[in-house]
Amino acid sequence: MQAARPTRAEFQVRPMKVLVPVKRVIDYNVKVRVKPDQSGVDLANIKMSMNPFDEIATEEAVRLKEKGIVSEIVVVSIGPQQAQETIRTALAMGADRGIVIVTDERVEPLAVAKLLKAVVEAEQPGLVLMGKQAIDDDNNATGQMLAALLGWPQATFASKLEIAGDVATVTREVDGGLQTLSAKLPAVVTVDLRLNEPRYASLPNIMKAKKKPIEPKTPADYGVDITPRLTVVKVAEPPKRSGGIKVASADELVAKLKTEAGVI
Amino acid sequence: MAVLVVADHDRSALRDTTHKTIAAAQAIGGEIDVLVVGSGVQAVAEEAAKIPGVRKVLKAESEALDHAVAEAIAATVLPLAANYDAILSPATTTGKNAFPRIAALLDVMQVSDVIEVIDAKTFVRPIYAGNALETVTTTDAKVVATIRPTTFKAVAAEGGSATIESVDAPAASVTASFVADEVTKSERPELGAAKIVVSGGRAMGSAEEFQRVIEPLADKLGAAVGASRAAVDAGYAPNDYQVGQTGKVVAPALYIAVGISGAIQHLAGMKDSKVIVAINKDADAPIFQIADYGLVQDYKTAVPELMAALEK
Ligand SMILES: Cc1cc2nc3c(=O)[nH]c(=O)nc-3n(C[C@H](O)[C@H](O)[C@H](O)COP(=O)(O)OP(=O)(O)OC[C@H]3O[C@@H](n4cnc5c(N)ncnc54)[C@H](O)[C@@H]3O)c2cc1C
Repeated sequence: MQAARPTRAEFQVRPMKVLVPVKRVIDYNVKVRVKPDQSGVDLANIKMSMNPFDEIATEEAVRLKEKGIVSEIVVVSIGPQQAQETIRTALAMGADRGIVIVTDERVEPLAVAKLLKAVVEAEQPGLVLMGKQAIDDDNNATGQMLAALLGWPQATFASKLEIAGDVATVTREVDGGLQTLSAKLPAVVTVDLRLNEPRYASLPNIMKAKKKPIEPKTPADYGVDITPRLTVVKVAEPPKRSGGIKVASADELVAKLKTEAGVI
Repeated sequence: MAVLVVADHDRSALRDTTHKTIAAAQAIGGEIDVLVVGSGVQAVAEEAAKIPGVRKVLKAESEALDHAVAEAIAATVLPLAANYDAILSPATTTGKNAFPRIAALLDVMQVSDVIEVIDAKTFVRPIYAGNALETVTTTDAKVVATIRPTTFKAVAAEGGSATIESVDAPAASVTASFVADEVTKSERPELGAAKIVVSGGRAMGSAEEFQRVIEPLADKLGAAVGASRAAVDAGYAPNDYQVGQTGKVVAPALYIAVGISGAIQHLAGMKDSKVIVAINKDADAPIFQIADYGLVQDYKTAVPELMAALEK
């Protein structure tokens, strides 16, 4: 069903488009294995999924659309051809259309931010909603870098988001507890785990998502040089903890902690 | 070579994350300056000036810098950047928020969450929740990095006498502004700095039970309190208690996990603890694979017995 066309007055209060960048990563349940030649981690035949934080960002965008605050959700992914599948997942959750920027190169947060800046300039969203970190590289940098390059305000690690007019009020998870920040739109908001619980796409919505458009692009289309700045020297296994022992009782535990470990 | 370290403090004193980040700066090499930002931070600047090996303390005093707003911190650091080969912050939420902004404006790819300095351009950092360690060399002219404090040994706090200089502080940002803080108040040691941490998991079942079981045990040991994500999500504990890949990283002398299964995302935040104790009624819980001492028992009997044994 087509939504009723907004009147001119309505359009002025809610014309907002949201951009949601999503990344295809190793599924969070998979046990990662380092390659014997230390060139990276083994991704062959491994289950890949949408970065969990990006699912939360997508969910939030869909909720904003359901509330009438957002008019259109554009999802963008940068990565190999299969990044399309990640976009399809977001489309099945309720996003409207996708842009896939295809490259087989390693793309660092700075290059991703430059590509996203170009997409933002073309699409003119009022808000970019994205995950606070990707669970593969654990950089926690792309959203902040994008905000910097755009000269936009940033509100990171969001566990609550409210939008009224052109102001986003964001509750952020910080080391000391919670911080509330207000940011004038357009802005970049990066999301934390407790913002929402993402929905599962229904079968009809998965079918519908197959018909939604995904526009293929390349980094060259945006004139962005994505050459990595960091050279990966090696990827190694972390040191293993040697296995411990089982104690039979709390008394034995305390005795061990006092005499053997000397920590209490 | 010169390195700028942005200090972490609570406006009355430095946090030891600052001393640990200075240790990373020393490993990079060169002159070390420390930047202290915020209003009324003269005492903090004086404390930083006493750290041996610090050349200069730069002080940017402004209320606009009191709430760790990234735009304000970036506006303070950027004009200073030309003087430094490396700019470092501890990987606190403040550093994680502001530093990528600074890096992007310098057209530098940040090195996030450094756990080891190999040389001035080469660093080791955890990826995949710490299941792999990546060694990277930056080709950028400048290094912008956040430092994981738990893996560096704090430098001495006393003995130096650096000069203190004022630098320009920005006016309040017009686009992003602070509204409120909801700080978790506690008499206990800070989670990141505590010698002992007692953490509770989903097994607690309620906030009341978490407070009844975990907190008295922590208090008996003079410990900080931590939690798994499941416990925080369920509202048993505040968000800043979360230990793990996406919460805090801790490495105390003793970490006691009560009713926590040991998901890789949790282990990412505590597996560098010196001694790990697990109390879990499931003998097959993955936490036992990394625990030095495992007690397979229901916490409902194990924790009271532990309290009693500590009394003896
Ligand atoms: C993107 C992402 C990021 C994440 N980040 C984090 C993070 O930073 N930190 C984190 O902790 N998790 C994180 N998680 C979640 C993580 O995957 C686990 O779901 C979580 O750690 C489980 O918490 P838990 O061990 O308390 O709960 P559970 O896995 O449910 O374990 C509860 C344990 O309690 C034991 N138990 C139950 N009753 C008793 C009893 N009476 N006595 C003794 N033992 C009992 C059970 O045997 C079980 O082992 C993340 C997940 C994702 C997807």
